[in-house]
Amino acid sequence: MTTHARRARQFLANKSRADWHDRTLWFVRQKRDRIAATVPEWENLREQASRIKKEALANLDVYLEQLETEAIRNGVRVLWAKDAGAFNRIVLDIIRQHGAKNIVKSKSMLTEECGLNRFLHSKGIEVVDTDLGERIIQFRQEMPSHIVLPAIHLKKEEIGETFHEKLGTEKGASDPSYLTQAARRHLREKFLAADMALTGVNFAVAETGTVVVCTNEGNADMGVHAAPVQVHCMGIEKIIPKQEDLGIFTRLLARNATGQAVTTYTSHYRKPKPGGAMYIVIVDNGRSKYLGHPKYNDSLKCIRCGGCLNTCPVYRRSGGHSYGYVIPGPIGSILAPQKDVQKYRDLPFASSLCGSCSNVCPVKIAIHEQLYFWRQDLTRQKRTSFIKRFSMKATGFFLSENTRYNFIGIMARWAIRYVPRGLLYLPFNVWGRGRELPAPPAQSFKQWYRRRVKS
Amino acid sequence: MKKHKIGLFVPCYIDMFYPQVGIATLELLEKLGQDVVYPPKQTCCGQPLANSGSEQEALATYRNFVCNFRGFDYIVTPSGSCACHVRHHYAILEQTEDVKKVRETTCELCEFLTDILQIDDLKIRFPHKVGIHNSCHGLRGLGLASASELIQPRYSKLRRLLEKAEGIELVELDRNDECCGFGGTFSIFEPDVSVKMGKDRIDDHERNGVEIITAADMSCLMHLEGIIRRQKKTIQVKHIAEILNCNSL
Repeated sequence: MTTHARRARQFLANKSRADWHDRTLWFVRQKRDRIAATVPEWENLREQASRIKKEALANLDVYLEQLETEAIRNGVRVLWAKDAGAFNRIVLDIIRQHGAKNIVKSKSMLTEECGLNRFLHSKGIEVVDTDLGERIIQFRQEMPSHIVLPAIHLKKEEIGETFHEKLGTEKGASDPSYLTQAARRHLREKFLAADMALTGVNFAVAETGTVVVCTNEGNADMGVHAAPVQVHCMGIEKIIPKQEDLGIFTRLLARNATGQAVTTYTSHYRKPKPGGAMYIVIVDNGRSKYLGHPKYNDSLKCIRCGGCLNTCPVYRRSGGHSYGYVIPGPIGSILAPQKDVQKYRDLPFASSLCGSCSNVCPVKIAIHEQLYFWRQDLTRQKRTSFIKRFSMKATGFFLSENTRYNFIGIMARWAIRYVPRGLLYLPFNVWGRGRELPAPPAQSFKQWYRRRVKS
Repeated sequence: MKKHKIGLFVPCYIDMFYPQVGIATLELLEKLGQDVVYPPKQTCCGQPLANSGSEQEALATYRNFVCNFRGFDYIVTPSGSCACHVRHHYAILEQTEDVKKVRETTCELCEFLTDILQIDDLKIRFPHKVGIHNSCHGLRGLGLASASELIQPRYSKLRRLLEKAEGIELVELDRNDECCGFGGTFSIFEPDVSVKMGKDRIDDHERNGVEIITAADMSCLMHLEGIIRRQKKTIQVKHIAEILNCNSL
């Protein structure tokens, strides 16, 4: 059994929680459907967004340098990181240069991907995650289970317990607004004391040198406005060429992510505040390796809305942690093998290939097709199990020729009819774990047809 | 109605385990005046291998398919998934005239009826509460119905064919087009999620009072039936070809 399948089984062992997880995310998907339907040009927006991203990626070298030039003109310091290690060291250097002690960070999947918090912790520096969901999982020392709703695997009672332990809320209290107020007071202190703010980046506009950050809690702004030093961390693929392109993406992002018309805050950061410093750190960390790949480069269009997670029937029933990669769900299953193909080799198989992800994707990444391609490549590279490859070879032998094919059918019908149930449903019959085998008919269609032609 | 020369493709699992679906498809097409031939040496479209990542091992099966099905006006099959596979994934074969023709003319049964023959009233009586299971590849790969994710006018070729049946009640579901969890070898390699997805689909149909779940793909129904029988439920499954071929008025 693959790692994902094993973890999914654990997740499903708690039926009521699994059902709740499925229902909660399906509710988000429905909200998305309703609000997307209010935009008659929705499909056209998706097409435009895809086209803009494609063009930006095809000319990324030009746009990244334009972004740098414009940002420097605005008084921003721009730094480049080849990989996670370089990125972490750059952030550490900035922290040390400014002697920052109290660091707040709004949501950034990139810093999760690079393990920034862990790295800084090892250097004796603590970063406070200020997104509520992120803060919750930071308290609990867990990974996010969703890229937009990082604590969606937790119920309010569990959050109540964590807050009781960490923030001294009343024991047993689980009222969401009570808990939110407690988090708010706690985070206010952190904001007021902050001397450096880290943020992720949703979009970087090459033409203006601006970075755009979308949040619902305003936590990016609270940090950036309170702290003298602001550091914005972006992957190279966050580029959009023009300011006028931005509207297409902001119209799609929140609608597709959470079913809101727009995120509560869409913040444009252009230049440092008087007496302050602003940095943009541009990170590759393996992205450029797939930039020129004819099949997989489409995945770089992703704007991290999480829509494919919400719609994925497998994700909803296996939970974000079952994927074992920082970005779970369908998009994670095509990004993870780009990072480490051996480690994440089972993820492209953790899908029924239903294609809902591709239909939901606001930038039209054909996610399920990429999953299909990865499966082919993983087999070709012999990264799938020997047994699987051998059984597929054998199946191919039997399916490719009429007589052999007929033999298999006769054997299968015979086995289901005559092999004692106890033997037929031994554990190796994985199908039979939750399902009956089909009742064997007296004859196949082929046998029936032969008799019909004769008579 | 124009008479076409049709090659009938009966997918492997239908041939082996659900011959009645192949028979219903054949009879229905003949009733509609079509010239139907069943090439006797056909086997499988190769999808089970390819979806498992073994496209290379499927090439011989692809070639066998093309070899058996060249020379027809249309290749009709009671499976959206297989039709989708032939149309989209035979792209890795050398695109000879035969391969191109086979890819272009392979149709799922319902789309053949509504798009090529342009009929939707089959003059049948089917007094049952029926729930339509929208199989994924037929839905999103062939466009047998509008997918719920896309903002587009709603339509369904299956519904069009069924709704004229006398006495039928087509039941609305809570989740109109969620995957049943079969997914070929996904059902074997991810058994727990697969079965859970199937159970949730069945629950949706049961909750809304469905007697019979129908679909354009027997593979989904085989998976759902396996769960139904294991759980000793009374709800039934029936391929849409069997309904469309039932007691003509």
